[in-house]
Amino acid sequence: MINNTILVVIAASAISYGTPLLFAALGELLAERSGVLNLGVEGMMLIGAVSGFWAVQTVGGPGWVVLLAAVVVAALAAAATSLIHAVLTISLRASQIVSGLALTIFAGASGLSSYIGHVASLGGKPARHEFDAINVLGLQDTPVIGPILFHQNALTYVSWVLVVLTLLYLYRTRPGLHLRAVGESPATADAMGVNVTAYRYVHVMIGGALAGIGGAFFSLAITPGWLDGMTSGAGWIAIALVIFAFWRPELALVGAYLFGAFSSLAFTLQARQVHLPPEVFASLPYLMTVIVLVLVSTGWARQRLGAPASLGVPYVREER
Amino acid sequence: MIRIERRLTESRWLVAAVPAGSLVAAAILSGLILLVTGHDPVATWSRLLDRGFFAPGAMSATLVTATPLLLTGLAAAAAFRMQTWNIGAEGQLYLGAVGASGIGIALRDQSPFLVIPAMILAGIVTGAAWAAIPGVLRAYTRTNEIITSLMLNYVAGLLMSYLIFDSHSYWRDLSTFTARVFPQGKYLPDAASWPNFPLGGIAIPLGFVLGMIAAAVLWVIYTATRFGFEARVIGDSRAAAHYAGIRTRRKIVAVMALSGALAGIGGASEIGDFRHVLDPRGLQQASFGYAGIVVAALARLNPFAVIVVAILLGGLSNAGFSLQGATFPAGLVGTLQGLILFCALAGELLVHYRIRFARRAGAAPPAPVPARAEIA
Repeated sequence: MINNTILVVIAASAISYGTPLLFAALGELLAERSGVLNLGVEGMMLIGAVSGFWAVQTVGGPGWVVLLAAVVVAALAAAATSLIHAVLTISLRASQIVSGLALTIFAGASGLSSYIGHVASLGGKPARHEFDAINVLGLQDTPVIGPILFHQNALTYVSWVLVVLTLLYLYRTRPGLHLRAVGESPATADAMGVNVTAYRYVHVMIGGALAGIGGAFFSLAITPGWLDGMTSGAGWIAIALVIFAFWRPELALVGAYLFGAFSSLAFTLQARQVHLPPEVFASLPYLMTVIVLVLVSTGWARQRLGAPASLGVPYVREER
Repeated sequence: MIRIERRLTESRWLVAAVPAGSLVAAAILSGLILLVTGHDPVATWSRLLDRGFFAPGAMSATLVTATPLLLTGLAAAAAFRMQTWNIGAEGQLYLGAVGASGIGIALRDQSPFLVIPAMILAGIVTGAAWAAIPGVLRAYTRTNEIITSLMLNYVAGLLMSYLIFDSHSYWRDLSTFTARVFPQGKYLPDAASWPNFPLGGIAIPLGFVLGMIAAAVLWVIYTATRFGFEARVIGDSRAAAHYAGIRTRRKIVAVMALSGALAGIGGASEIGDFRHVLDPRGLQQASFGYAGIVVAALARLNPFAVIVVAILLGGLSNAGFSLQGATFPAGLVGTLQGLILFCALAGELLVHYRIRFARRAGAAPPAPVPARAEIA
């Protein structure tokens, strides 16, 4: 059966492993388009993972209601976390780099997410509900494309819609135009009557919400359950992805599945008894992130096509 | 109306008051988190302070925890001064531990006077080499060093796990049947145990002494040498440095290597002062590298302040490790470190800006018009 061949299996699970990266990268992309770099993605993803899993264990009702509630809780919790970064960097003009790092330390693997996990004793418990792959239109057995495109879970399909919506928003709507203006030249946007502060706050928090959903994808779909630091660097890979994608949503999709493939390659080869130390496979996504980043940073990509001109710079009306 | 005006000079007393105030504010905020989650904040905090600083022997244990924090804090301060964001002290510390333990095992029958300097040197070399990777990538391919140095932390952690858990490497103990079933590292010989210096009932580890020397050296480098001056110029404006004829690329690599060397000494000290075996799980759980960023930021990148802050945060971490359990959930220490950093960042506004509570126009006396706004 062709659908069991290794390439199809890797491609299908690449999409699954790539989905949380896609959510987080889209969120970070929107925040960075407004001019705010948020290095707290890893922390926000872990907050999303732990609060989503908590909601699944706590909320009652039919499975799909519980899962929907969990995604909403994860998004809200992570958005609230990102609000700290927004206040510090937008209103209080703090260094975006240090504040983002602080967010990851605060919420990360040995921070608040771990604390919540222990206080609510979530560790080592099986998930009451999880996102299962859907057999879309009964096409899951179609050769090759069946398992890849028609046998994913609901959140993956949501992420595809989200890519289209983000594209339309950025390039076909007035608020999208304003957002790009805020990221490129906040002083000009301000003179046009765009509320720079409001745009930045909103997009940092949307970024947080999407990172939270990405985190919940780990605790509700990839490895249902809760484990300290379970996203293991996915948030940082998502930040690298935004650079790799030149701040464009459609390229973020491609990049997310590329990095998803590195993760899935690790697990698939290991499951097929390829005899190499597990650490070699496990380090693949990290090493590939470095290599890909080097490639896009040199040569023709040098121009940094798409990097918002005011990324990382606080906007102070009096000092422009 | 609240108006925020830029100060022309940093307020002297605020430079010291803001970090201190941040600690207090973070203590209050963490108290709220404890309260919400059903713990008694006052009891938790008094136990934390007691275990960290005041109980018999607490100070000695705190200095052991403060040692790696001091060195990773200096590592972060050295790099951040040049606006080079080395987030890889974590991995550089692991590599320092790998290098120092390797040398310690190899020089099994030698005298401590040879073994200990060799371990320190090994820590410096391996830490610096690991940090030079993101440094070279930053300098010559303009690759974002934040992400590359961070990714290498994960790789370094996996490398340690590989050496102990998934290979028959030089570092792994294979001498007994139990050791082959439950993998662990080779213990280092007694000659590789670093001495400590008693001072009024407190044992000061050799690593901490090295850290204090390193702090002084770093201060001299950044205030009194051409190297430090050029690094600061690069930090302020890379283009200006380039036009002034400063070799910016080499300097970036050099500063990253310096930063990595400091973290590497931290790793060597973890082996020599404390663990005496390459322990991947213990080192990864401690996450000293990330905490070093908190130390450096709170110390406002001043090497001598790093010493004080490292002791303070070392006490909290030490108490956190020893109290960890049902009544003192894991994760509290990281939460606290994050809160301290948030408060310090918010306080930074006060150092650079003056906040004026002006009355509404009309009721207010005629205020002098800020000249800057007119020109802009």
